[in-house]
Amino acid sequence: MAGVTLDTVRKIYSGNVEAVKGVSLGIEDGSFCVLVGPSGCGKSTLLRMIAGLETISDGEVKIGDRVVNQVEPADRDIAMVFQNYALYPHMSVYDNMAYGLKNRKTPKDEIETRVKEAARILAIEPFLDRKPRALSGGQRQRVAMGRAIVRKPQVFLFDEPLSNLDAKLRVQMRVEIKRLQKALGVTSIYVTHDQVEAMTLSDKLVVMSSGQIEQVGSPSEVYRRPETRFVATFIGSPPMNILPGKVEGPGRVSVGGQSIAVTDMRDGLTPGSAIEVGLRPEDVQAGGVGSSSLSMDVDFVEELGATQLFHGKVAGADFVVQASTGQIPADTRKLALAVDPANVHLFDPQTTKRLGRV
Amino acid sequence: MEKRAHFSGWTLPLLLIIPQMAITVIFFYLPASQAIWQSFLREDAFGLASEFVGFENYSAVFEQPEYYRAMITTVIFSTLVAFFSLAVALLFATQADKSLRGGHGFKTLLIWPYAVAPAIAGVLWMFMFHPTLGILGRPLNVMGFNWNPMLDGKDAMILLVLSATWKHVSYNFLFFLAGLQAIPKSVIEAGAIDGAGPLRRFWTIIFPLLSPTTFFLLVVTIVYVFFETFGIIDAVTGGGPAGQTTTLVYKVYADGRSGGDLGLSAAQSVVLMVIVIALTAVQFRYVERKVQY
Repeated sequence: MAGVTLDTVRKIYSGNVEAVKGVSLGIEDGSFCVLVGPSGCGKSTLLRMIAGLETISDGEVKIGDRVVNQVEPADRDIAMVFQNYALYPHMSVYDNMAYGLKNRKTPKDEIETRVKEAARILAIEPFLDRKPRALSGGQRQRVAMGRAIVRKPQVFLFDEPLSNLDAKLRVQMRVEIKRLQKALGVTSIYVTHDQVEAMTLSDKLVVMSSGQIEQVGSPSEVYRRPETRFVATFIGSPPMNILPGKVEGPGRVSVGGQSIAVTDMRDGLTPGSAIEVGLRPEDVQAGGVGSSSLSMDVDFVEELGATQLFHGKVAGADFVVQASTGQIPADTRKLALAVDPANVHLFDPQTTKRLGRV
Repeated sequence: MEKRAHFSGWTLPLLLIIPQMAITVIFFYLPASQAIWQSFLREDAFGLASEFVGFENYSAVFEQPEYYRAMITTVIFSTLVAFFSLAVALLFATQADKSLRGGHGFKTLLIWPYAVAPAIAGVLWMFMFHPTLGILGRPLNVMGFNWNPMLDGKDAMILLVLSATWKHVSYNFLFFLAGLQAIPKSVIEAGAIDGAGPLRRFWTIIFPLLSPTTFFLLVVTIVYVFFETFGIIDAVTGGGPAGQTTTLVYKVYADGRSGGDLGLSAAQSVVLMVIVIALTAVQFRYVERKVQY
């Protein structure tokens, strides 16, 4: 097994479109790395470059200690699960899984052992003789996984493998992928636009936007301490509220005339300068009026079962508050929101970078 | 969802259906039934009298050694044309499917031969390979090949296969190209990751996935060779030399038109019709059972 190292990797398409703008990233051996970002952010292109399906315009891709820029996909010792599964429609499930081994001249009994083993792990043994068209979406997904694991590659690549499944199956397969990866311990790179998948699966979360890495870290780091405004609003559901504010002094900002204490604030910010104040919908306490409190005009309420989402305005900006159902009466028109100083995120309005302690 | 138009009366639907029905009846059912009727008659050379002779024409057909020779010629001719027109078209289509610079022009140029009338195509090839006038035929003789399609049956067959193939490659090319473009790219990429080289990918993934297209084209091409190559044969060799390039359809024409034996000719065309119907039936059987995914 091996880690994957990217060194200022670029992808420039004809017409000077730069899809990936100098990405450097180290993925440790055996870890589960998720690339997340909105569509068109270059995450799939990056994955396809690691797979060898796209040429690398500039920079270096290493699998283990080997530079693979000029290596054919077949010789990179990787396996990939595609979004549409890309099963061979004319082959049985067994042959689909055996194909890669046959191409590598694996002995026949060895192929059989490995395919049977993979089929057992993925619970697709009853379908080995069927053609892919006779399988459900979830079963096809398993076959695609099986095709990857029989090869015992150094790296698994996943290109949005769950996006063609319905919501329930997606959650189930997500758990299975995680379990399988932990059991096999193979370095995995997983591309998704779904931030829940990204949070739950990853050891290492890479948030990308317009061809660049916005932040790399563990899911909780990325969630707790987003480095840019983009990451703050992309990770977390519902997204973080961003309010316009002003610097008052060390550890204090004001929003709509209300003064708020902040724990994580950079020193030496000019009092009176504009600043963006980020608050997660689940981090504000409705009802309590404290030292750092905001007032909110409620427009409507969304019921999510266990929780309720209160939509409204704070200081003229859209604001969402998440609260346990029943905690706040649904017909409340005005809310007082208590803010914990530790849960306030500050961003520079120009550079959109975090203005936390250095 | 049922897609069905509702009409209140019979007039409009009838009016709408009549042109198509008329064409089918006038140009297919009438001549076909006339051929069947004629195949049981013997007519005198002036077309003044005819008598019912039952299956005599058919037994006459199957007693002719020339008929079996024409059958063998047809089998050889159709096998060669079918093989080459499919193989060449597939080769071109795989090349055109790669997004290359100038690919669009390449595709357009490949489609042109289909727009050339068979007789014109035949004349074109006949002149090119004419042993003394041809731009290609003359150099062949100069180089020491004894090339003369007017005297040598093999040479004549080669020339016919060339022109008939050239004419039909365009059609097959179009279908193959469409078939190739319908194969999901990720399946081929998965093959590449699974360690299959380009050639192995072609034979184990692309070619099997093209099988419905290939089978359809095989049958269409065979029907083409059976019937539509008449114009080319007539223009290039006229069935000669010494009847060595007379195929079944050309023999129908030769015996009926030139030989004046309408009954014999009609019997042959009925036999030919039966052969083609059988071929088509096989295709439908095959397509329904084997080709779906």
